[in-house]
Amino acid sequence: MKILVTMKRVADPDNANKVKISGDGTQVTSEGLEWKPNPFDEYGVEAALRILEDGVGSGKLRGEVVVVTIGPEEVTQQIRQCLAMGADRGILVSGDDDKLDAMIVARTMAKLVEKEQPDLVIMGKQAVDGDSNQASQMLAEILGWPQATFAGHVEVPEDLSSATVTREVDGGAAKVKVAFPAVLSVDLRIVTPTGVNNNVAAGKDYQEGPRYASLRGIMKAKKKPIDKLTLDDLGVDRTLQVRTVSFTQPAARSAGVILETVQELVQKLQDEAKVL
Amino acid sequence: MGNVLIIAQIQDGEVKKATNSTVTFASEVVSHIGGAYSILALGDDLSGQSEALAALGAQKVFLAQADGLDNAIAERWTPIIEKVVVDGAFQVVVSPASSTGKDVLPRLAARMGAGMASEVVEVVFSDGKLNYTRPMYAGNVNGTVIIDTPVEILTIRPTEFEAFSSTGASPVEKIDVPQAPEILGKIEFLGFEKAESTRPDLAEAGVVVSGGRGLKSEENFKLIEDLADLLGGAVGATRAAVDAGYIHNDFQVGQTGKIVAPDLYFAVGLSGALQHVAGMKSSKVIVAINKDEEAPIFQVSDYGVVADLFKALPELVEEIKKVAK
Ligand SMILES: Cc1cc2nc3c(=O)[nH]c(=O)nc-3n(C[C@H](O)[C@H](O)[C@H](O)COP(=O)(O)OP(=O)(O)OC[C@H]3O[C@@H](n4cnc5c(N)ncnc54)[C@H](O)[C@@H]3O)c2cc1C
Ligand SMILES: Nc1ncnc2c1ncn2[C@@H]1O[C@H](COP(=O)(O)O)[C@@H](O)[C@H]1O
Repeated sequence: MKILVTMKRVADPDNANKVKISGDGTQVTSEGLEWKPNPFDEYGVEAALRILEDGVGSGKLRGEVVVVTIGPEEVTQQIRQCLAMGADRGILVSGDDDKLDAMIVARTMAKLVEKEQPDLVIMGKQAVDGDSNQASQMLAEILGWPQATFAGHVEVPEDLSSATVTREVDGGAAKVKVAFPAVLSVDLRIVTPTGVNNNVAAGKDYQEGPRYASLRGIMKAKKKPIDKLTLDDLGVDRTLQVRTVSFTQPAARSAGVILETVQELVQKLQDEAKVL
Repeated sequence: MGNVLIIAQIQDGEVKKATNSTVTFASEVVSHIGGAYSILALGDDLSGQSEALAALGAQKVFLAQADGLDNAIAERWTPIIEKVVVDGAFQVVVSPASSTGKDVLPRLAARMGAGMASEVVEVVFSDGKLNYTRPMYAGNVNGTVIIDTPVEILTIRPTEFEAFSSTGASPVEKIDVPQAPEILGKIEFLGFEKAESTRPDLAEAGVVVSGGRGLKSEENFKLIEDLADLLGGAVGATRAAVDAGYIHNDFQVGQTGKIVAPDLYFAVGLSGALQHVAGMKSSKVIVAINKDEEAPIFQVSDYGVVADLFKALPELVEEIKKVAK
């Protein structure tokens, strides 16, 4: 079985309040911030590994995990991070963030699917820089494949023919079964210890969160292949449908008062804020 | 001239307030580009919601009713919405940024070759184009977006638009629902597990009391619930509290959870990570209780109390009871 995992690099999400807007308001710059794999995509890599492993943390996969990205040359670094976790190889399609929209991303992924013929594509539910939450649903439609978005739990049968997915939706959890080939988008809970059950490694739980790369993993990743392609190689239509024409800083909240006692708080809420 | 199609949000048999907020957004769009707005609702049987939908001032209410539509399977909904959009020559399609809206509309956009903007918070008209503002980077940047396709597809953030209050009665049309597409053979709906709650909906509540890792256990989370119940409010949580099992993930507030904007928000035993703040910073009044005076949550709070929550919360409940009498 082959799983394609998409990965976008993003400016360190824990410091998203430090991104800056250029003087003319046409660009966001993240100078000084570290580039990282989009967390949801890292969770996607973890999910793919858990689906294919023949035992908890065995590292031996019943198939191949290919990490694909559209971005500048430097994203090789984040691809290597995913390879160090245990993915087999990478594909880097060169492209600039500001010349992409979700549809171009989805079209590019569709071309890669045509080329690679995976059984499953795993994507993050959203890239935490653009916060769009669109690309996986678009890809599924372009391919004519079923989608299971916002996956908090995935169970696959031993023959890896389908996935039963618990989707995190408003008001609770919706359970669907999708036949492969399919597109999944993963949510936060997929990396809880029981987020993936592949009915082979059952009985033991994973650690919370995506795995750390071992030293051996990092060494091995250096030798794993990364294919480099261009949008033109793939014949992707690059017309932007959605243009972000300017950026502004939202109004910031300012810090209020610190009160000494709960009594004082109640009095303020009643007399000043008038919310009680 | 353009026309706007609103996809209604219906949950537990109820037309959600988010739909009313979307109507307000749609009226703004119509004031810029002309035309009118209509509403489309999809479900197994919408006879119970028809009246509420007809009271939303729409030119027309379309009802798509067929077995299984309640399950909101994107593969099933997409061709139905597409047909209504094409037949009615709608230029803008908009839904609240609910989980269903987020799941279905990008699929519709790809199907129609239409551009899409997510979680729009503001719309203006400039140089003959609709300009949408949307938060990015966990709400630390606002981007202004223009869509260059004949049909424009949007989700909007309901907390940023007043809820339209109902008037009049629109004509209601039951549409012929196209047959289920073949792809439905590849996706099977197995069930819905409801996150049980007797409290008001987090997205609609006037008061939200949120707890974080500082609560330390599922049992202690009751302190949060007690305060919420006293104020008739909803309960919220951080990702850390959810991951630790204190509460169901449906109650996570933040960049990747629910976006809330109540009149009064209590942030208790949570640090104020930017992913959390992204989901609550539009609240009118924010109160923080944290034992660490350096906690970033105090930077966005109107009122802060530096205290041990295990002491402060019961005291707060007692004090509020006193003044309520
Ligand atoms: C991809 C991604 C998406 C995320 N999305 C979200 C999201 O949508 N929503 C969200 O909330 N988080 C989200 N997070 C997680 C976020 O980064 C933080 O880790 C999380 O919000 C921290 O939760 P917390 O404040 O409860 O815990 P902590 O940061 O551990 O804070 C606990 C606080 O409790 C205080 N405290 C402890 N004991 C007491 C006491 N006895 N009395 C008073 N105060 C006390 C401490 O001083 C501390 O400030 C996301 C993270 C990632 C990577
Ligand atoms: N430039 C990109 N390269 C690779 N994957 C991407 C890119 N942009 C988006 N994606 C994938 O699409 C998912 C959803 O992104 P978005 O729709 O932009 O929020 C992300 O989690 C990624 O998995």
